[in-house]
Amino acid sequence: MSASGGIFWKRFKRNRLALWGGIVVIVLFLIAIFADILSPFEPDAIDRRHILEPPTSLHPLGTDDLGRDVLSRMIFGSRISLSVGFVAVGIASVIGMIFGALAGYYGGWPDRIIMRFIDIMLSIPTFFLILAVIAFIGPSIWNIMIVIGVTSWMGIARLVRAEFLSLKEREFVLAAQAIGAGDLRIIFGHIMVNSMAPVFVSAILGVASAILVESALSFLGIGIQPPIPSWGNILTIGKDNLEIAWWLSIFPGIAILVTGLSYYLVGEGLRDALDPRLRSGSK
Amino acid sequence: MLTYLVKRLLEMIPTLLGITLISFFIIHLAPGKPTDVLAELNPKITPEAREKLEKYYGLDKPIIVQYGMWVKRVVGFDFGESFSTDRRPVMEKIWDTKQPLLERRLFITFMLNLLSMFIILMIAIPLGISSATHQYSLFDKITTLVVFTGFAMPAFWFALLLMLFFGIHLHWLPISGLKSVNYESLPLAGQIWDRVRHLILPIFVSAFTGLAADSRYMRSSMLEVLRQDYITAARAKGLPERTVIYKHALKNALLPIITIMGLSVPGLIGGSVIFENIFGIPGMGQLFYAGVMQRDYPLVMGILTVGAILTLTGNLLADIGYMIADPRIRAR
Repeated sequence: MSASGGIFWKRFKRNRLALWGGIVVIVLFLIAIFADILSPFEPDAIDRRHILEPPTSLHPLGTDDLGRDVLSRMIFGSRISLSVGFVAVGIASVIGMIFGALAGYYGGWPDRIIMRFIDIMLSIPTFFLILAVIAFIGPSIWNIMIVIGVTSWMGIARLVRAEFLSLKEREFVLAAQAIGAGDLRIIFGHIMVNSMAPVFVSAILGVASAILVESALSFLGIGIQPPIPSWGNILTIGKDNLEIAWWLSIFPGIAILVTGLSYYLVGEGLRDALDPRLRSGSK
Repeated sequence: MLTYLVKRLLEMIPTLLGITLISFFIIHLAPGKPTDVLAELNPKITPEAREKLEKYYGLDKPIIVQYGMWVKRVVGFDFGESFSTDRRPVMEKIWDTKQPLLERRLFITFMLNLLSMFIILMIAIPLGISSATHQYSLFDKITTLVVFTGFAMPAFWFALLLMLFFGIHLHWLPISGLKSVNYESLPLAGQIWDRVRHLILPIFVSAFTGLAADSRYMRSSMLEVLRQDYITAARAKGLPERTVIYKHALKNALLPIITIMGLSVPGLIGGSVIFENIFGIPGMGQLFYAGVMQRDYPLVMGILTVGAILTLTGNLLADIGYMIADPRIRAR
């Protein structure tokens, strides 16, 4: 493992864009973790004397319509936006892994039913469905995470199924079957652990998509609701004050863009490094 | 090929039933009866009228029976009446036959998506090819960065910035609607130009933010093809690189793009909500948003169904395109 890990790291490192993406991803994590220490103000401290102030040395990213410090809200917002991304993707991964494993391992009618179900889910304009459900059941942070997760597991299920189809005939699986290991043990203990790489790549790409979906919901007024700060809802206040307060739109927009871009670059870099067919060799 | 097509068309029926069943259940999971919403919107409604409506929608029956009744009505192209104050049939709201074609909501959404899909292909295919033939070059890196930037940014944010700059700041482009107030008084050429000007920003935003998938797939598909033996053979024959790439490789590399196009339809339709809202375009997405906010159940179900039909048709067309393009499948 360490030897192939070394090759993998070498290959990943060669992709400068992915490397930079990785650094940004780590920095964003640190910002989210140390939000309490880093933010100069309380994120929801209202200051009516300083409403919609452009960036100053006191408020480096300006203030919003209630005089709250935008930098602090953005720092705490990173926690919320990343949480939405990770929890939604976590839910999608679990559902996708279970369906993919069942379909790939058992084949036959479970496979046919699951694949048909995936086709159906892929044919629904998902954003319409997310919008309808959130509008009807209410835009709490948990509802948003769950609905995004439940509507985005199909890609992961297909990947896991494909991995299972190829891995279930391999010697180590046959050996486990021969010594009488149970299905659950083989599925999770032997095959799943060996098919995590593509799931991981797909999950990383999914984080960025989930953050984007939350911001789109915010734009339509049914994202995460203030006073909880999310990049999406800061941006929405920016939209309403577009002509008089550019800083409210520019900074959260850039934050979403940079985060999304970094996750995509890392995901792509990992995929290239993992996928033997796309390696260009020493050319 | 004909039997395949018939089989494929028949397969669409259970899929469509599955889609509508899932949508129906999820939407009716929401707390409260649809008629409560109706009563809220229209307080003057009498208890008798309410009861009549509950009968009409079968709200006193179990949900599976309600779904059965819904299907029965939809088969006759009746999506029911909208809950909003105008009480018009949902079908008429989506596809108003009294209006000229260009003003019908479904047509507007359909044409906008078709147009941006076309523009995306026109840009994504050459970008993907060049990225693949110059893998890891500066061009490849910049392209990667640019298409991912488009993909990673919130479309509405980009739209707002462009509207602010080109519309409000420079006054070059209109920022809302599909035509100007004085549209009717313009000569024909002026009318066409007016429509084009209104389309520039929405189509540009939609194309730029949607470029990534197609161009990346084009790139990896081309990379994959370039590694095949027949490409090496073509090169060994001494064919010029241009011929190898554009004649031998491209045809095969384009195949997966057809499938990706089919798969991108639901995303495009879903994105209409955002684009139509921000640019004030009177299409199906705008109607859907209004319906969702008013809990207009018949309208929401109607548009979800139309969206699903569009998606399935897109997938079918992609399959047919694939068959026409791939002789190995055509022969079967």
